[in-house]
Amino acid sequence: MGTGYLRLRNVVKSYDGRVNAVDDIGIDIAKGEFITFLGPSGSGKTTTLMMIAGFEEPTSGTIELDGKDLTRQKPYERNIGVVFQNYALFPHMTVAKNVAFPLKMRGAPRGDIARRVDEALDLVGLRAFAGRYPRELSGGQQQRVALARGLVFRPDVLLLDEPLGALDKNLREQMQVELKRIHREVGITMVYVTHDQTEAMTMSDRVAVFNQGKLEQVAPPLEAYHRPATRFVGEFIGDSNFLAGRLDPAGTLLVDGVGEIGGVGPRPGLGGGGPVHVLIRPERLRVPAQEAPTSFAKVVKMVVGGTVNYGDSLLLIGKMGEVPLRVRVSGGQSSAIQEGAVISVGWALEDMHLIAKA
Amino acid sequence: MAGVVAAPAGQAGLAAAPARGLPADSTPWLLLAPATLALVILFLLPIGYVLLLSVTDPAVSIAHYRRIFSVPLYTRVLFNTFTTALTVTGVCLLLGYPVAYVMARRSDWVSTALLICVAVCFWTGFIVRTYAWLVILGNKGPVVAVYQAFGFGAPPRLLFTTFSSILGMVHILLPYMVLALYSVMKKIDPNLLRASASLGARPAASFRAVYLPLTLPGVVNGSILVFTICLGFFITPILLGTPKDMMISQLINQQIEELLAWGFASAVAVVLLVATSIVLAVYNRFAGLDRLWG
Repeated sequence: MGTGYLRLRNVVKSYDGRVNAVDDIGIDIAKGEFITFLGPSGSGKTTTLMMIAGFEEPTSGTIELDGKDLTRQKPYERNIGVVFQNYALFPHMTVAKNVAFPLKMRGAPRGDIARRVDEALDLVGLRAFAGRYPRELSGGQQQRVALARGLVFRPDVLLLDEPLGALDKNLREQMQVELKRIHREVGITMVYVTHDQTEAMTMSDRVAVFNQGKLEQVAPPLEAYHRPATRFVGEFIGDSNFLAGRLDPAGTLLVDGVGEIGGVGPRPGLGGGGPVHVLIRPERLRVPAQEAPTSFAKVVKMVVGGTVNYGDSLLLIGKMGEVPLRVRVSGGQSSAIQEGAVISVGWALEDMHLIAKA
Repeated sequence: MAGVVAAPAGQAGLAAAPARGLPADSTPWLLLAPATLALVILFLLPIGYVLLLSVTDPAVSIAHYRRIFSVPLYTRVLFNTFTTALTVTGVCLLLGYPVAYVMARRSDWVSTALLICVAVCFWTGFIVRTYAWLVILGNKGPVVAVYQAFGFGAPPRLLFTTFSSILGMVHILLPYMVLALYSVMKKIDPNLLRASASLGARPAASFRAVYLPLTLPGVVNGSILVFTICLGFFITPILLGTPKDMMISQLINQQIEELLAWGFASAVAVVLLVATSIVLAVYNRFAGLDRLWG
């Protein structure tokens, strides 16, 4: 990945000289990519975004955009748009004035400004609200104005800091679709910060998972979901079962509380008999009575301790011996399974993902 | 028959329920009563009496008012009062804005230290602070001592000048300005300035286009507070100023204490009251009085 458009190299940010809020982040972001910085609060994702915007200066490391070093440039010298969680619209300006602001600051000709403001407002469907003040708009509308304002000056990159965090669920989903449409239409590089894994999964070309100031994994959402690089990623994205095990050089996996599973095969970096995490997503565990058990690598008995009905699916929470297990079955299968029941649960070789234990 | 009788009884019961004791909407009036009473007795009645005196003492006429606006001495006092108040307001704004700005923008010990300084200043009685200036600017004070130590010869006259009077008033009223500005500045979302920078505005442009307009309510509030308080200022100009810079409240005091001219003094007081009310009315028209204290 030497072809990054926006490149972060060994970026470190420390506020007190002891603890690194951002710890040696390196990432290459391609032109036109929609990348999401995902992580819990305090993981360094927002600080990293603020450094790209220029609001914070890295303690060390460099940030390059299209081959130019941005690291010491002021925010107003960069050509990077930012959309804030609380919108940060100028309350004393109308929608049109807000959107015109970046063009005015760049000394664009008056006629040009009017035309581009109209275009930007058309893009977010708010042309009719040009004369309103931000306080007269709903949260979703304000966020769209912020988007128009962040895009109107054709920035090289658009940064979005939890932009949908303040919206209710329905509106959030609507705005996700809207954002993806805008990304397609404008083709701009977008860096999106969120702690909401669903948002990250549904919108991104790639997700960068942050934890304690470090990058855990940068990958397309499905890869991060199915083949997480670390246990943290596996637990943060989606629901998970982590079993402890050991993979011997012959390719046999010994799982605590389950026993041996043969034919797992030598895997790069995992062979030496060292401890591994075995990740099995709850929806990859199957109840054999309802499926052909031939392809299963293992079938175990599970005591169902409790169930959570989601309508479209049913989550079974129980134990396999002493090992807790979560199984998700589709809603249609749910009626037969009661709390306290003992059921058979099986999985195939490809349902397991192994991660070396650090 | 019983059913027929019961129905109106039930309705009466429903209707009577909210009316138990006093009507529900009388509560606010009860709560307001003590303050209203105090205002009427201690404020409205005396003011009414002053108003009455101004047109009846010693005889029924509006001669006092005619005199205020026709005798050059008095028009000069009026004019001087307004220009002094304007000057003090302007100086307070120029000195106070940067202080409030730093207080609101920094979040570390600097902000706290400044806030404490301003608050201590605010809480120290203004007579104490006025006397402090008498000491500092006096003939045996530190300013004169420093001046002489450098061998500049005879120091200029500092005390009992227009300068010392305005300095004293600025010192006393500055905390009002700073706090009025601070309360507005503190509410400005710091992300607005970040947004403005990301949109290409240099710091000066950001300040002019975003920060300054958003702090205008604070500027107006602070100025109105300082200006109206200054209009009626009395002790400080008397102790620190010169008689030629007489302000309106000094005139009122002089008329009563030295000349026992109650009627004329009342008329001057009414003029001061009306002038202050006009300032506040204009403010209320454009901003709303309820916002004066942030």
